[in-house]
Amino acid sequence: MTVSYQNSKAIFQGIKAAGITSLSALPETWLGLLLQQAEKDPDVRLVQVAKEEEAIGIAAGAYFAGERHVLLMQNHGFLAAINGIVSLSQLYGIPLCMLIALRGHWGEPYAWHTRGGIVTEGVLRALGIPFEYARDPAEVGRQIREAYTFSQSALAPVALLLTRDLMEEPL
Amino acid sequence: MKRAECIAMLYPELDDKLVVTIMGACAQELYDLGHKENFFYLQHAMGLASSIGLGLAMHLPKERIVVLDGDGSVLMNLGTLATIARYRPRNLVHIIFDNGSLLSTGGFDSHTTSGTTDLAAIARGAGLRRVAAVDSVMDFGEAVIDAFASDELSVIVAKVAAIGPNHYGMDLHLPENAFRFKRFISERRKASGIAG
Repeated sequence: MTVSYQNSKAIFQGIKAAGITSLSALPETWLGLLLQQAEKDPDVRLVQVAKEEEAIGIAAGAYFAGERHVLLMQNHGFLAAINGIVSLSQLYGIPLCMLIALRGHWGEPYAWHTRGGIVTEGVLRALGIPFEYARDPAEVGRQIREAYTFSQSALAPVALLLTRDLMEEPL
Repeated sequence: MKRAECIAMLYPELDDKLVVTIMGACAQELYDLGHKENFFYLQHAMGLASSIGLGLAMHLPKERIVVLDGDGSVLMNLGTLATIARYRPRNLVHIIFDNGSLLSTGGFDSHTTSGTTDLAAIARGAGLRRVAAVDSVMDFGEAVIDAFASDELSVIVAKVAAIGPNHYGMDLHLPENAFRFKRFISERRKASGIAG
């Protein structure tokens, strides 16, 4: 498995084009190349967290501060952050734009990712979180911009699921 | 000492700062002194008050942020002490009221009861350099004055009695608190000539 450098770059360019100036993240393999670009960019602030639920609080602080913020996490991190999403973001009407690496789905060779991958969409639906799949590097920039816009107008969490088609080089 | 005494002593110093509190007794005791638009009460999502404070501090370097936290909440999100230490915002004062109890949820002992777990030591171990541990109102007051004067990331762990107010309730809806808190910040930024 090789993470796509070109598509990681397309996602980062999409984040920049959406006017995002602040990111929180817990590094994971699919997000690695993307986060390396964020680290090098002087116009983007990257906050690396110890666990994903922290990022829900940090994103709320960034929102209060008037900063355009996006959260990057793996789907297992999303599952670990649910109480914060429900009892901070949804309870208080605080937007969250989450870009979630969808591990454990079609084509997944690693057993440990599979359960999380299988339940992610169902959990998003149960929580009433609007989501879309990102598969095409030509579309992902628009999808990020629209996800961010929607989170701000709905005052709610929204999720863009980064799929294997987008994140990995074809075999 | 009582947490309410500490909060009463702190209250006059909070006017020009952004304040984030945890749920329950701590929020109520602050609210009962008189709500201000620069107060945000996190009435759930235990553990995240410190993370909200970090997010505010990193994105608003010209504001002073005060987090009123508790032992139960900190124990739920110990990792954030390390995150705060890593980014070390100079404008954040993190006050942890340690009553050794999950008071708002039935008064069960927390892990800090009887000195089993030392939150100040954990904070130092996480890499926070300026950590004060106090157990009298006088020492609390001095630690607060010191923290506000220092222009450095500060943590104050205050040992307090497991006592709370005899009533709960606010005339403030939760989203209303969030909307007004955000508006207060944006208007203050506009007034000080900073865009956004």
